[in-house]
Amino acid sequence: MMDRKQLTFLLVGLAVALVLAGIVSFYASSSPDGLEKVAEDKGFIDTATQHATGDGPLADYGVSGVDNERLSGGLAGVIGVGLTVVIAGGLFLGLRAVRRRTEAGGDRPPTAVGGAPGR
Amino acid sequence: MHIPDGFINGGTSAGAGVIAAGGVAVSLRRSADVLDDKSAPLAGLVAAFIFAVQMLNFPVASGTSGHLLGGALAAILVGPWVAALCISVVLLVQGLVFADGGLSALGLNITNMAIIGVGVGYAVFTVLRRMLPANRSGVLAASAVSAAVSVVAASAGFVVQYAIGGAGSASVGTVTAAMLGVHTLIGVGEAVITALTVGAVLSVRPDLVYGARDLAATPLLAPSSGAL
Repeated sequence: MMDRKQLTFLLVGLAVALVLAGIVSFYASSSPDGLEKVAEDKGFIDTATQHATGDGPLADYGVSGVDNERLSGGLAGVIGVGLTVVIAGGLFLGLRAVRRRTEAGGDRPPTAVGGAPGR
Repeated sequence: MHIPDGFINGGTSAGAGVIAAGGVAVSLRRSADVLDDKSAPLAGLVAAFIFAVQMLNFPVASGTSGHLLGGALAAILVGPWVAALCISVVLLVQGLVFADGGLSALGLNITNMAIIGVGVGYAVFTVLRRMLPANRSGVLAASAVSAAVSVVAASAGFVVQYAIGGAGSASVGTVTAAMLGVHTLIGVGEAVITALTVGAVLSVRPDLVYGARDLAATPLLAPSSGAL
C-alpha cells in the first residue's frame, strides 16, 4: 500500500505541475523554439503542413472560445496535466498489475513468490 | 523540438515510426518488470510534471526559445525504460490534443526525444556517476551534464532525419550547424532545470530518485537524519 508520506509527495508534485502549466506558463517565452527558428532561418518552415487536429478545441495550448489569453492557456495547461497524469498513471499502474500477475501465477515455485512479502 | 507534419518525408517518418514502436514495445516489457507500488504512481507524476514544464519556454537567444525535453530528468527519476514511456505519453498527448508535433511525425519525435534523449541522457548520467563522488553534488553534476548532452543528441536525431528525408532545400551542413548550435544553448537551460528538479526530489525523498538509489541507503542522506 501507498503510505501517507508517498501520497503527500505525489499530491504536492501534482500541485506544482498544475501551477506551472496553469499559471506560470502564461509568462513563458512566445518566441519560436530552436527547431522552428532553424526552420525559419534556413527556409524550410513552409514545408510544414496543416496539423490533422490543428482546429481541435485545445490546439496550440488554448481553449477555443475562451478569449482571455491567460485563462485560455491556463485551462489548456491544466487539462493537459490532467490528461497526462490519467493516461500515464493508468499505463504504469496497469503495467505494475501485469507484473503482479506474473509473479503470482508465473513459472516460479511458490517459495519465490513468498519471497516478496506484502504483495 | 517538436517536428510538425511535412518537415520530413513520409518514408523517413514511417521508418522512424517503426523504430519508435520497437523502442516503446521494449520499454513496456522492461517497465512491467520494474514498476512497483512506489514507482508506478511516481512515474505518472513525472510524465505530468514534464508535460507542464515543457510549456515553459525560456528565451535562449534573440527571437529564439527553448523548453525542457525531460528525457534525462525522467531517466534519473524513474529509470530509462519507464522514462521512455513517460516522454512518449507526453508526446502523444501533445500531438493528439494540442496539435504540438505532427501526427505523421510522432515516430520521429518519439525517436528523438523519448528514445535518443532518454537513452543518451541515461548513458551519460551513468558514466558520470561512476566517475564523480557518490554524493549529492556528484548526482547533481551528472544530472546537469547528461541533460545538456541529451538535448544536443535529440537535435542530432532530427539532423539525421533531415539528411535522409528532409523536405527543405537547405544543405545538411547548414542545418546541422544551426540545430546543434541552438540546442547547445537550450541544453544549458535543460541542465539547470534538471539539476534543480533532481535536487528538490533528493532533498525531500532521496529514495525516490532512481539514479541515486545507492545514496538513499547511506545514513548521510537517510530521511531520518533530518540535520543533513
